[in-house]
Amino acid sequence: MKIYADNAATTKMSRTAIDTMVKYMEETYGNPSSLYMIGQEAKEALEEARGTVAKVINAEPREIIFTSGGSEADNQAIVSAAAIGAKKGKKHIISSAFEHHAALHTLAKMEKEGFEVTLLDVHEDGLVRPEEVEAAIRDDTCLVTIMAANNEIGTIQPIREIGRICREHGVIFHTDAVQAIGHIKIDVKEDNIDMLSASAHKFHGPKGTGFLYVKKGITLTNIIEGGAQERGKRAGTENVPGIMAMAAALKEAAENMDSAASHVRGMRDRLIAGLKEIPHSAINGDEEKRLPSNVNFCFEGIEGESLLLLLDQKGISASSGSACTSGSLDPSHVLLAIGRVHDVAHGSLRLSLGEDTTEEEVDYLVKSVAEVVKYLRSFSPVWRDLEAGKTPHIL
Amino acid sequence: MALYSDKVMDHFLHPRNVGVIEDANAVGEVGNAKCGDIMKMYLKIEDGIVEDVKFETFGCGSAIASSSMATELIKGKPVEDAMKLTNKAVAEALDGLPDYKMHCSVLAEEAIQSALEDYYKNDPAAKK
Repeated sequence: MKIYADNAATTKMSRTAIDTMVKYMEETYGNPSSLYMIGQEAKEALEEARGTVAKVINAEPREIIFTSGGSEADNQAIVSAAAIGAKKGKKHIISSAFEHHAALHTLAKMEKEGFEVTLLDVHEDGLVRPEEVEAAIRDDTCLVTIMAANNEIGTIQPIREIGRICREHGVIFHTDAVQAIGHIKIDVKEDNIDMLSASAHKFHGPKGTGFLYVKKGITLTNIIEGGAQERGKRAGTENVPGIMAMAAALKEAAENMDSAASHVRGMRDRLIAGLKEIPHSAINGDEEKRLPSNVNFCFEGIEGESLLLLLDQKGISASSGSACTSGSLDPSHVLLAIGRVHDVAHGSLRLSLGEDTTEEEVDYLVKSVAEVVKYLRSFSPVWRDLEAGKTPHIL
Repeated sequence: MALYSDKVMDHFLHPRNVGVIEDANAVGEVGNAKCGDIMKMYLKIEDGIVEDVKFETFGCGSAIASSSMATELIKGKPVEDAMKLTNKAVAEALDGLPDYKMHCSVLAEEAIQSALEDYYKNDPAAKK
């Protein structure tokens, strides 16, 4: 059996997205900045896509800037809000300890430029507390950036409440919604969002395409200088095939969201129930307030990379927060942020399901993971010491 | 291009000499769980020869493969040869390791060194 269970890393493009993409490569391939027919057709299509994307998140078309993906959108959002703050002498930014590196590394850059960054605790359940956001806001706070849903453990943050607090205090609120868009309902007006980042390949669109929503009145700082594309805020000939495919994929995802989410959630809960049966294992992040597709566990006494390689042998594609899968010495900053100690964080597994995941596949996942964990434990000196009582079990 | 060589995958998927030697006279453990790698080597040395060797490893694919290969390289060999096993020899025998995984072969060398130190500690007369 072949099971792709890494939809949080990327998704397979939908048929609709592929067909749309091909059309704009084969037929309407003109440059939207050109004045002749085929260019203007591309221009019109681009604006239609902008409208489609805007509608899904209840924004205005002019509030959407197309980017190369989520990372670029995060970079531009943070840099822009910081520039606005700096003009008013406000150089304090609030974020969380488990943001994506696209946000964290941009924040580190801002620190070098004289900004002060407060990273809020995400607690054991992987949830930012709105009251802690409010308590952290100061007179010189110019931006709060908190992700809508975490990419590793899938926990859904209380962004509406955080956004409301930011509005009350006149602070810009940005959310990295890369994992959330297309999977859970997000309404920039109801959710009090000023800026939002999204990436097409997380909702069955193509890689290399994303967008940034920017509420009217917020001035963007360019990351890429050049031509006057995207109202002069993002230079470079628009990736028309990618953008058109993204809009098509997002429209489809939005239309099917309720039924897809309810199905995936059912598969997720079945998978969680099955994995819980493995002794000395624990789910990472709140069990309820998480993306419909996300399952993330730690298994004591084993290491994640060998787990992934053995699952791969069984036809299963998954991911881990183990240090060995990242090429660094530390395990995932997300798992450390929710208080998992190194020893346990190395033995993590993320399975992110798709809309087409079946019960049969979930049962195969449970069976396979249980087998591999048992096998790796059979010659793990760490497990031997745990079982012999030499070291206490943590999970 | 796969992450690992066929040799590494072979030793990872079919590790040689896995387990414990209950009456081992040389046991060494190196690494720590915090870093994500622990290797434990059990050697049975008789008349200056590594008669048997087994390992237990908590770690990534290359850590398991390095342990497995290291046991093969010293099994049946004189203790003096086992003493001389280098991480480079382990990595070469595996047809190479990715740069950031070389420490796994270092760990294998250290685990054997640690076991041999244990052996000499238990039986100082054995050391020439």
